Amino acid sequence: MLNPSQKLNPKLWDKDVEQAPIRKGFGEGLLAAAESDERVVGLCADLTESTQMHLFKKKFPDRFIEMGVAEQNLASVASGMAAMGKIPFITSYAMFSPGRNWEQIRTTICYNDMPVKIAGSHAGISVGPDGGTHQAVEDIALMRVIPRMVVISPCDAIEAKKATELSVKIHNPVYIRLAKQNTPIITTLETPFEIGKAQVFFVSIDYDAVSIKKGRVGIVATGALVYKALQAARKLDAEGILVKVLNLATIKPLDTEAIETLAKETGGIVTVEEHQVAGGMGSAVAEHLAQTVPVPIEFIGVQDQFGQSGTPEELLSHYGMGETDIIEAVKRLLERKPF
Amino acid sequence: MSLEYSKVKELELKANDIRQSIIQMLLEAGSGHTAGPLDMADIFTYLYFHALKHNPKNPTWKDRDRLVLSNGHICPVLYSTMAHAGYFPVAELKTLRKFGSRLQGHPHREWLPSLETSSGPLGSGLSQIVGMALADRIDNGRTSGKQFYCLTGDGELDCGQIWEAAMLAGKEKIQNLTVIIDRNNIQIDGFTEDIMPLNPLDDKWRAFGWHVQEIDGHNFDMIDDAVGQAHAVFDRPSVIIANTIASKGVPEFERRFEWHGKPPNKEEADLALRELRTWRGKIKGEHE
Repeated sequence: MLNPSQKLNPKLWDKDVEQAPIRKGFGEGLLAAAESDERVVGLCADLTESTQMHLFKKKFPDRFIEMGVAEQNLASVASGMAAMGKIPFITSYAMFSPGRNWEQIRTTICYNDMPVKIAGSHAGISVGPDGGTHQAVEDIALMRVIPRMVVISPCDAIEAKKATELSVKIHNPVYIRLAKQNTPIITTLETPFEIGKAQVFFVSIDYDAVSIKKGRVGIVATGALVYKALQAARKLDAEGILVKVLNLATIKPLDTEAIETLAKETGGIVTVEEHQVAGGMGSAVAEHLAQTVPVPIEFIGVQDQFGQSGTPEELLSHYGMGETDIIEAVKRLLERKPF
Repeated sequence: MSLEYSKVKELELKANDIRQSIIQMLLEAGSGHTAGPLDMADIFTYLYFHALKHNPKNPTWKDRDRLVLSNGHICPVLYSTMAHAGYFPVAELKTLRKFGSRLQGHPHREWLPSLETSSGPLGSGLSQIVGMALADRIDNGRTSGKQFYCLTGDGELDCGQIWEAAMLAGKEKIQNLTVIIDRNNIQIDGFTEDIMPLNPLDDKWRAFGWHVQEIDGHNFDMIDDAVGQAHAVFDRPSVIIANTIASKGVPEFERRFEWHGKPPNKEEADLALRELRTWRGKIKGEHE
């Protein structure tokens, strides 16, 4: 069942659950952040409406800079503005920022310790018909490898709004990963959110009742696939498999306590993300658990491939990130668990 | 208005000291770049000892002018000039490139907080100074009183990002921005016009909406005049193409691209210091 303490959307299981693009939450969060903090400025590389920066631009035209299609300049101009005391948000598609301007982000933003907030929209394979050129499935790896960078991958528009507003409160550079497509609203305004804290979104009713770990599985999911992970958990639960689902919105810094607890409780974990398996959220989880609570892990994500055109559903199922894939991974994991 | 004769002489002496420190610190470091630092010594001297509104004892003074070195590899001239200007002890120059030194092989603003930025990977300094000027404009309008300077190499102009930033500065008509290009015609692999032709360099900048001047980068009167004109331009950013002689000051090193990225050995350093101390052999006596 959904964890009641998280106050999640009570209509989550409805067929017509409300949906919104995750990037929309970013646009609203940026506007709110700018209203409460005049240091916030916005820079965009010719994708203002697409990245939802248009709300900010309309309200604060003097604090908005249109950069044209120039992502390297985008990152370094933002660094210069931050050096003068601003908190710049830069937006483009994730494929171009941080895809094209990685070194500028590393040197002029992170090495310089500048509080620039990078919003990468249209991340993941679910961008769909635009095809493989536009499907950023490497961005988490690119960003989490840089010292100081905080990496957040919100699961819905509401969480994206909260993450965006809170990103202004921390000094670090922050990467906020955003999906283009409509995504079910999982959380509510009452759902607690803190940068760096993972949340248990789902737990089987009998999870704590059994004293042995057998039959328990932990799922760690991030971003737009959290909804699929929850759906999979619900079905597994109905089959008698005891599941706990962790929403890992902040990939860096990792909530090590939550991850370790889950590994200890379950003895096996499935990670779920719309990203290359190499270097992504699953890798971050595995890197930590290998040193602390080594347990078998199954990784749901892109397996060293490029995407192609198609609908989000077609692509997710073709590249092994559908609900069925998650269910199968959980069952594989149960076979592998030593107890 | 040109500089007073005494001022020119004072700057020439200071630049000579700065060049000597550059040679000494490179010898001590055992690696680093020689040509660019030597040929930019006059411009750095002019900026730090005449033009810049700054306070070495209060480096974070908020109304200071901003100066960004984009081609970070010529940092020996930046460090040497800053030390001579009083930002930190001249003796510290000998720690260049050493473990734990504030004088990193390429500048890091976190290690040496009086730096405006870190640089090394080429092509991103202009973007940063444009960002600084735009942020200042948001806060203080077009008449903030601050000047923004960016120093770049010529080989660095191969980078596409330079032209992205040039386009933006032209579009935004950033009038209090002055870029000074070290036009020494060399880069690591050879002469700039062989590696990747830049000419007509003046027309390129003009086409991007900039006010363009071309000067002798070793003539203090010309430098002063050009910077003064750059400040006077009120409707666009300014670029000064400073023609310099690579490794200026040490005839044996001059104009040779081999000196781009290597330090002098003991013998070469002694020779260079002798050249500098005797003003190229003009002064006889103990300095030899």
